[in-house]
Amino acid sequence: MIPGQFDYHAPTSLDEAVALLGQHGGAKILAGGQSLIPAMRFRLALPEVLIDINGLADLDYIREAVGHLAIGGLTRESALEESAAVQSRYPLLADTARVIADPLVRNLATVGGNLAHADPANDHPAAMLAYNAQVVAHGPQGTRTIAIDDFFTGLFENSLADDEILTEIRIPEPGAGAGGAYLKVERKVGDYAISAVAVQLAMSGDSVSAARIGLTNVSPVPMRASGAEQAVVGQRLTEEVLEAAGRAAAAECDPSADLRGSVDYKRDLTRVLTKRALRKAAERAAGGTS
Amino acid sequence: MSKHTITLTVNGNEFTREVESRTLLVHFVREDLDLTGTHIGCDTTSCGACTLLVNGRAIKSCTMFAVQANGAAVETIEGVAQNGDLHPLQEGFWEKHGLQCGYCTPGMIMSAKQLLEQNPNPTEEEIRWGISGNLCRCTGYNKIVEAIQYAAAKAREGQTEAGGEEASS
Repeated sequence: MIPGQFDYHAPTSLDEAVALLGQHGGAKILAGGQSLIPAMRFRLALPEVLIDINGLADLDYIREAVGHLAIGGLTRESALEESAAVQSRYPLLADTARVIADPLVRNLATVGGNLAHADPANDHPAAMLAYNAQVVAHGPQGTRTIAIDDFFTGLFENSLADDEILTEIRIPEPGAGAGGAYLKVERKVGDYAISAVAVQLAMSGDSVSAARIGLTNVSPVPMRASGAEQAVVGQRLTEEVLEAAGRAAAAECDPSADLRGSVDYKRDLTRVLTKRALRKAAERAAGGTS
Repeated sequence: MSKHTITLTVNGNEFTREVESRTLLVHFVREDLDLTGTHIGCDTTSCGACTLLVNGRAIKSCTMFAVQANGAAVETIEGVAQNGDLHPLQEGFWEKHGLQCGYCTPGMIMSAKQLLEQNPNPTEEEIRWGISGNLCRCTGYNKIVEAIQYAAAKAREGQTEAGGEEASS
């Protein structure tokens, strides 16, 4: 399968890339290409212009900044697996990076692309929702920051303007007593989730002082399980509280029946994964690895 | 239609060619350079038969445009044997029967090559993880894992010998 024809530009600076976006309405950014190129081969995507940002090497970094972890938009998924900071201090992100597609895809796929594609089946949206991340966008007017809660606006739709590029993701540094986990059930390595749950908790003694929970591939738009969050905040994670949170997540998600399972199955899987991810996040919080 | 002139090295040899922007790297390697050892399996970014190395990283060449490889160093299965001698991985697949139909083998070897370059002494689990983007429909993977273990042992042996010679000289 061969993609349709398109014009190709490979800018060497961010400003040049933004200018090209302004000149070519409907142009698509080519980053890792691991979602875009398959869609183009099936002719599900027929962009007339591709702007290849792989030359913008200064967008490829993982830095620990004051109060947050900064991930450049062009950072490869494999770099997350190889980052000591991610592996030791951001276990929810480390969990996520291991289960995105497969190692070959992760060598090219980017964190920024995974988010900007705004596919509810992708794994980073739920993780970043749980982390309460911020997305940095650069456009002709300069740079702005978008809260992750405001980033996903529809299926494959985000709040970036047509001439903006996602340049960085900022994950707040987990404080003392924080813990996170991402649990995913997939049919085989490389497949999208049947369901997956991202949890980031802050514990105060035995009680949950704050919780954010993101869900993967059980709704048309990447979503938080707000009801499940409310079920655990201020509570000790007893079996009853975990079950209530799981049931809340199962009720508030909105899966579609497909080859991966029925609606009932996906809801129940979401219930179970929510409980397990909460338990694992709390264990990690207690163990001192946030 | 947008055409571009690209210059890249493939297996150490420099090539300059004109390509259409939409030409996939796997088609460029097979059809423009006539290096047909890199296979096309699923054409849907699933099977890994088209795996080759770009700047040392194993990638699916059905999911990268040739124009993106401008300036890159590409390595295909044809570049793995040196001076007519099989690479330890190729020898391992031969000795351990790591292939039956052989269709996935070039991709398996290129994935394993990156794995061993990053991690010369992988555990069985790490090997299975490392080739998890490559599908084999014949072997059930056990023989492939053994082939990669053979290659890792062989490479370590070679390094010890080389080190020994150096120490004694």
